[in-house]
Amino acid sequence: MQDAVTISVAEAAGESRGAERWRLIWRNVFPFVVVGGLWEIVAWAGIFPQRLFPPLEQVAASFYQLTVSGILPHHAIETIFRLLSGFALAAVFGTIIGVLMGRSRRAEDILLPLVSIGAPIPGLAYAPLFLLWFGLGNFSSILLVGFVSAFPIIFNSWTGVKAVKEIWVRSAQSMGADDKRLFRYVILPGALPYILTGLRLGLAQAWRILVAVEMLAAVPWGLGWLIFGARKFLNTDAMLAGIVVIAIIGILLEKYVFQKIENYTVVRWGMTAK
Amino acid sequence: MQPIAIRDVSLNYDTPGGKVQGVTNVSIDIDASEFVCIVGPSGCGKSTLLNIIAGFLTPATGQISIGGKPVTGHGMDRGVVFQDFAQLFPWRTALGNVSFGLEMKGVANPERDRIAREQLRLVKLEKFTNSFPHHLSGGMQQRVAIARALAYNPSVLLMDEPFAALDAMTRDDMQRLLADVWKETRKTVIYVTHNVAEAVYLADRVVVMSAHPGTVKTVMKIDLPRPRDPLSVEFLDCQKQLMAHLGHNTNGVAH
Repeated sequence: MQDAVTISVAEAAGESRGAERWRLIWRNVFPFVVVGGLWEIVAWAGIFPQRLFPPLEQVAASFYQLTVSGILPHHAIETIFRLLSGFALAAVFGTIIGVLMGRSRRAEDILLPLVSIGAPIPGLAYAPLFLLWFGLGNFSSILLVGFVSAFPIIFNSWTGVKAVKEIWVRSAQSMGADDKRLFRYVILPGALPYILTGLRLGLAQAWRILVAVEMLAAVPWGLGWLIFGARKFLNTDAMLAGIVVIAIIGILLEKYVFQKIENYTVVRWGMTAK
Repeated sequence: MQPIAIRDVSLNYDTPGGKVQGVTNVSIDIDASEFVCIVGPSGCGKSTLLNIIAGFLTPATGQISIGGKPVTGHGMDRGVVFQDFAQLFPWRTALGNVSFGLEMKGVANPERDRIAREQLRLVKLEKFTNSFPHHLSGGMQQRVAIARALAYNPSVLLMDEPFAALDAMTRDDMQRLLADVWKETRKTVIYVTHNVAEAVYLADRVVVMSAHPGTVKTVMKIDLPRPRDPLSVEFLDCQKQLMAHLGHNTNGVAH
């Protein structure tokens, strides 16, 4: 029988599995060990005052202190709230607009020039405008995050809908799918790889704008505020602690949200580019 | 199962969907449960004709009717199988793909599942109901496509070179399987191919088309008993005749 099921998971030999895993961990950790080592050397060599370039143990200590005192979690929670609210807005409206542009010629004609002009403008350039219109604080920063991070989502959803294979559409139509069901059962899943890419880029965009805007919008809490505010008091260790938290949140979102969704959908379906 | 009447069908212009290889004044009558192959050189419009019958293209003149009802677009009285393996929905399992037409038809679940499994059994894929298409070989994907096109029980099966992209050995297996499936389901089949041996193996009648203009050159009846033996003298004879109709040089052995 020449029909063979291709098994995508490589067969792992039982014994070398543990050793293999340690090697993998080491390979991931290695670059950080190198950078950490260099950091320590610079910090202890006294090139910069230690206040401005604290050694890692000092950063770790203040990270710990700020965490147990509840300050860092409070900043983080406020930031995550803004990030997710803004991103949710962008995800919902961005996907709707992008899919609409992909499906309707008229929507494409009207919206594409606007989106094309709006997208390359750095998000921070809109910030003063939003602050003047919507005032200082949460509302305008969430709105701005949503607005700016919608662009990559719009673009990718639009491309994704356009990239849906004609043969899927024809197959579905020949099996009696009307426009509504064609959209739900074929266009949406067919465009999903692109939509997910758009969401990922959108989230990265949301981070970039949020950290900066937290400073401008004069919000009392938030990692962006923490980082910028700490500069006034030369609290470099607090700044670094803030940066570390951003990195951790980013990794967690990537690993436990995006990768989970991807593994359940496009990876399982074999729709990822390899 | 329904007879098909194709009357003076022509289509000779650029459609919005792209440039179409034209057909001119094509008339064919196909009996219920008949297996008809359409062969011809590339550019003779055989795929265009199939797409017109499927309802994806509208003919400029002429009419097609299936079971007496005129064709006005795609409909569930026809199942379509394409050449491209990518026709399956990658986000649905084999079972999910086969169920699609039934879902569209509104068949509820225990029944839908039963029919879909039955169809997969017909193409010998009952062990792969829960596999996603990217885990299946090309031949298996085409079998799923056949099961999918049959599942909602259309009276006509339209096939556009479904095995052309398969390797020779798999193709032989698939032709045997299709002959069995046809014997069991008695669908009216229109099968486009450029493979002479395939046409002789499968068809009750072979419609030979010529290019410029894309039109029916001749129709050849294949009167061999089934199952057919591709190595028999009669089979090779039929092949030679068909090749002569196609204008091939027949000195020497078939393809």
